[in-house]
Amino acid sequence: MSEKITNLSDASFDEHVKSSDVPVLVDFWAEWCGPCKMIAPVLEEIASEQAGKLGIAKLNIDDNLDITRRFDVMSIPTLILFKDGEPAARIVGAKGKGQLLQELSAHLS
Amino acid sequence: MTESRQVVIIGSGPAGLTAAIYAARAQLAPLVIEGEPSSTSDQPGGQLMLTTDVENYPGFVSGIMGPELMSAFREQAARFGADYVTAKASRVDLSRRPFSVWVGDPDAEEPTYSAESLIISTGAQSLMLNVPNEERLVGYGVSTCATCDGFFFRQRDIAVVGGGDSALEEALFLTRFADKVTVIHRRGELRASKVMQQRAFKNDKIEFLWNTSVVDVLGDTTVSGLRVRDNQSEEESDLKVAGLFVAIGHEPNTSLFKGQLEMEENGYLRTFDGTRTNVDGVFACGDVQDHRYRQAVTAAGSGCMAALDAERWLEDQAAAR
Repeated sequence: MSEKITNLSDASFDEHVKSSDVPVLVDFWAEWCGPCKMIAPVLEEIASEQAGKLGIAKLNIDDNLDITRRFDVMSIPTLILFKDGEPAARIVGAKGKGQLLQELSAHLS
Repeated sequence: MTESRQVVIIGSGPAGLTAAIYAARAQLAPLVIEGEPSSTSDQPGGQLMLTTDVENYPGFVSGIMGPELMSAFREQAARFGADYVTAKASRVDLSRRPFSVWVGDPDAEEPTYSAESLIISTGAQSLMLNVPNEERLVGYGVSTCATCDGFFFRQRDIAVVGGGDSALEEALFLTRFADKVTVIHRRGELRASKVMQQRAFKNDKIEFLWNTSVVDVLGDTTVSGLRVRDNQSEEESDLKVAGLFVAIGHEPNTSLFKGQLEMEENGYLRTFDGTRTNVDGVFACGDVQDHRYRQAVTAAGSGCMAALDAERWLEDQAAAR
């Protein structure tokens, strides 16, 4: 995984999304989820292209059930965009890069 | 600028990737338009990307994971020179040769690719029930991907709709997590293979609701139950479940070819004399033209046939010139 993507845990989640100066897109994923693997390279690309405007982070749901439950994640991949520490948008299911950027564009300036 | 290719393959399941292996080994440098990530089977790698253990693909004594199998297919074709573009074909023009294929904006003046020959392997995707509230609750209890979402139904009661092999495979997989899996089937007997039926009947966590249809999905923010109808008494009742998985069959991904290629009444592409379609130079393989067998191995077999047919056809064209 590229260094542009932060690996979050139940312990580090709150501080990371609250202290970020830019919106953070958190990818709720797991090793056994095929569609999660498909979008991993897409998120890497977005992380490089949007560096400084958008932070990208991943949360492994197997290891971090507290945060997964707090946001009622019931399907993966789920992507939640956090602005000032609060969820601002949610994308459920794997999508191509074009569609992801389109759904995020309204929330990014 | 339009890029020219001898062979363009649309779709990247077992059929498309086997066609790519054969076409690449025939030095035709095929381009595979592999699709885009999705949580349905309409994605690179196709339906097997949403499965776990594939136990009936020859050569794997103890089975293989679907995504692992597809990634091996993909690498094998790449090794012989197949190229990939991770996008969906948005339009095709088969009215003249070379054929035109667009990805991205379908209204763009110039097509993205022009192809001397075209192999179509766009597959089929799972049908949904099309009942009220189903679409709204996708990702909130309604799942299009049992392998992705089963985890979230630990110690819950859930329902699987359908009576074929895929329904029972899903139900059996979901018993790893759920307390109880109710299989809802509109008929009084299953279509599934005997071995799957036996496994399902033997499993304590699986119950059957026969002659029953789902008429609505209940729940505000997440699924809380289903309204079901007994097809004999016509009586409706509510079944309390936290999750709904639908496996009632497939429809072919052929909308791109409407009005250009001959189809069966059910929308599957019609093939003649091997894998030929009614348009000379366009071949079809895999589930997009097969509603009878629909196996990974038959798809792979027909992908091989399509590549050989395309290769032969290209040679004949060159010889005639």
